[in-house]
Amino acid sequence: MRLLEIDDLQTHFFTSGGVVKAVDGVSYGVDRGEVLAVVGESGSGKSVTGLSVMGLIDAPGRVVGGSIRFQGREIANLRSAEMRRLRGARIAMIFQDPMMTLNPVLRIDTQMVETILAHQDMGRAEAWAKARDTLGRVGIPSPDERMRAWPHQFSGGMRQRVAIAIALLNKPDLIIADEPTTALDVTIQAQILHLMQGLVEQDGTGLVWITHDLSVVAGFADRVAVMYAGEIVEAARTDDLIDAPRHPYSRGLIGSVPSRNRRGARLAQIPGGAPPALDRPEGCRFAPRCSFRTHGCEKLQVLRDGVRCWRAGDLPPFAAALTGTAS
Amino acid sequence: MVYVIRRLLQALFLALVMSFLVFAGIFAVGNPVDILIDPDATQAERARLIAQLGLDRPFHQQYFIFLGNVLQGDFGNSFVYNRPALGLILERMPATLELAFAAIMIAVVLGIPLGLYAGLRHGSVGSQAIMAGSILGFSVPNFWQAIILIMVFSVALGWFPVSGRGEVGEFLGIRSSLFTLNGLHHIALPAINLAVGHLALVIRLARSGTREVQAQDFIRFARAKGLSESRIVLVHILRNILIPIVTLVGMSFGGLIAFAVVTETIFAWPGMGKLIIDSIRLLDRPVVVAYLIVIVVIFIILNLLVDLLYSLIDPRIRLDGARQ
Repeated sequence: MRLLEIDDLQTHFFTSGGVVKAVDGVSYGVDRGEVLAVVGESGSGKSVTGLSVMGLIDAPGRVVGGSIRFQGREIANLRSAEMRRLRGARIAMIFQDPMMTLNPVLRIDTQMVETILAHQDMGRAEAWAKARDTLGRVGIPSPDERMRAWPHQFSGGMRQRVAIAIALLNKPDLIIADEPTTALDVTIQAQILHLMQGLVEQDGTGLVWITHDLSVVAGFADRVAVMYAGEIVEAARTDDLIDAPRHPYSRGLIGSVPSRNRRGARLAQIPGGAPPALDRPEGCRFAPRCSFRTHGCEKLQVLRDGVRCWRAGDLPPFAAALTGTAS
Repeated sequence: MVYVIRRLLQALFLALVMSFLVFAGIFAVGNPVDILIDPDATQAERARLIAQLGLDRPFHQQYFIFLGNVLQGDFGNSFVYNRPALGLILERMPATLELAFAAIMIAVVLGIPLGLYAGLRHGSVGSQAIMAGSILGFSVPNFWQAIILIMVFSVALGWFPVSGRGEVGEFLGIRSSLFTLNGLHHIALPAINLAVGHLALVIRLARSGTREVQAQDFIRFARAKGLSESRIVLVHILRNILIPIVTLVGMSFGGLIAFAVVTETIFAWPGMGKLIIDSIRLLDRPVVVAYLIVIVVIFIILNLLVDLLYSLIDPRIRLDGARQ
């Protein structure tokens, strides 16, 4: 039994302009102690998938199909009271902008203690002590004083640490992190990554790491799912994906990461932009931007053997393309 | 602390400027001697009285004498009642204060929940009804509302008295008609009349604040923490929308005290507003001057309280104030 198993998830937004299929048949799973990176550009549906698991999709959006099983239990259409008991307790979430995730008019201790008391039957003093210990655990110096501070007295990196501490408070089984390092400086990014890696290893927590930054993924995630236009286009072990991406979109993503081996060469880019959510191409959604496009790409593509491209087997080897420009 | 002291000094300076403006304004209105002296009085008698009142001195001397007296709490005697003007006003103040207080309480206690509801259930029938009501609330003229209230609830239904202040009770040393049933019965209509416009404003502020705060990441994060909906609304949203509401309440309260004139007149409420209208009509200058000064002081105190309240509600303001 996997910790989290999403199967053919459909999350749609019913707007006046039409139905936006933000998540259109996504399936992935995470085990305990495993890190899954979900990679994709803005609007690919990676965040909406995460929010769907949390039951945090607001109107006009709705999970319209598929299943989300958490520890074997179906939670896609759980009653709100039961979902609330899971949220923040068994499944925690961390968001992108640490400057915005803490309530500016409540002290840190208030925001931490309430998270514990929402789920555990515990005295206020005991909860406070527990919150302080967790604050220390995420590397915040003199946690006793910092507990009584206000969010505006923290830097961005420190606030993200506080948000991580809040996520850890109730010892969740699964953490969904939605671009938690995107808004931070590169040095702080590395610290937060390192911190999360350590915490997940210690507690055996499952981690879904949503990001658009492939360079963050290498060496951190066990597996990667690449999303494009509401679908997963490729899912593989991290090393395999980075060494030998099979889908043309994954190739484009990896090829466009600047590398020391290609110093001086022109940066590769994927031509064009993602299709508008209300007007996606029939068949392969990446086809209009794909340099390997041929007849047959207008057919509906299915995820077969971890890749959503019927030509995946015929494409020239990826490594050659890279080493060709090296040295 | 530095912040408080600086604010107090500002307040003193403001009071001084206002005293000058009030005095100059009244000075420009005309010579009070014409009203005070019997038209049949002789020229000699006139001159004697003018000298006695100090009206023959130059403007700046008159002002400083006035200021000196005011600092000793002496605003002069009312021409009409021949009693100290300040005493007359302070006597009427509790009636006005309790009316304004009752009105503000109605506006806040009803307005915040209604505004929260309208913001949270945006687009629902209930929300639209509340918003339509609020537009009606601040566009219908006050005096007309008062008359309709009297016609419907006093004359036709007979539920409330038509006018006047009820019995006064005492509680913790404060004498107010809010402490007796009869008093509450009397204050209901005038308080509602005063409250309606401000109620509408509080609703609109609470609603727009709620909608703005609701979309913030920290509310989504609060949901992700598994907090109950009531805690999210009553703690996370409410604290964030309080600042504009506190501002409005502070300003409104001053406005209600100073300009409850219409309501007090219609409901024959024995407060300061009615006194000032009578005094203006009779050109009772000491009372008018004293009234204006009292109102200025009330406004200054309220502003100060509002600023201090801000720093309690929003920690970021405290820091900014100290840094400047």
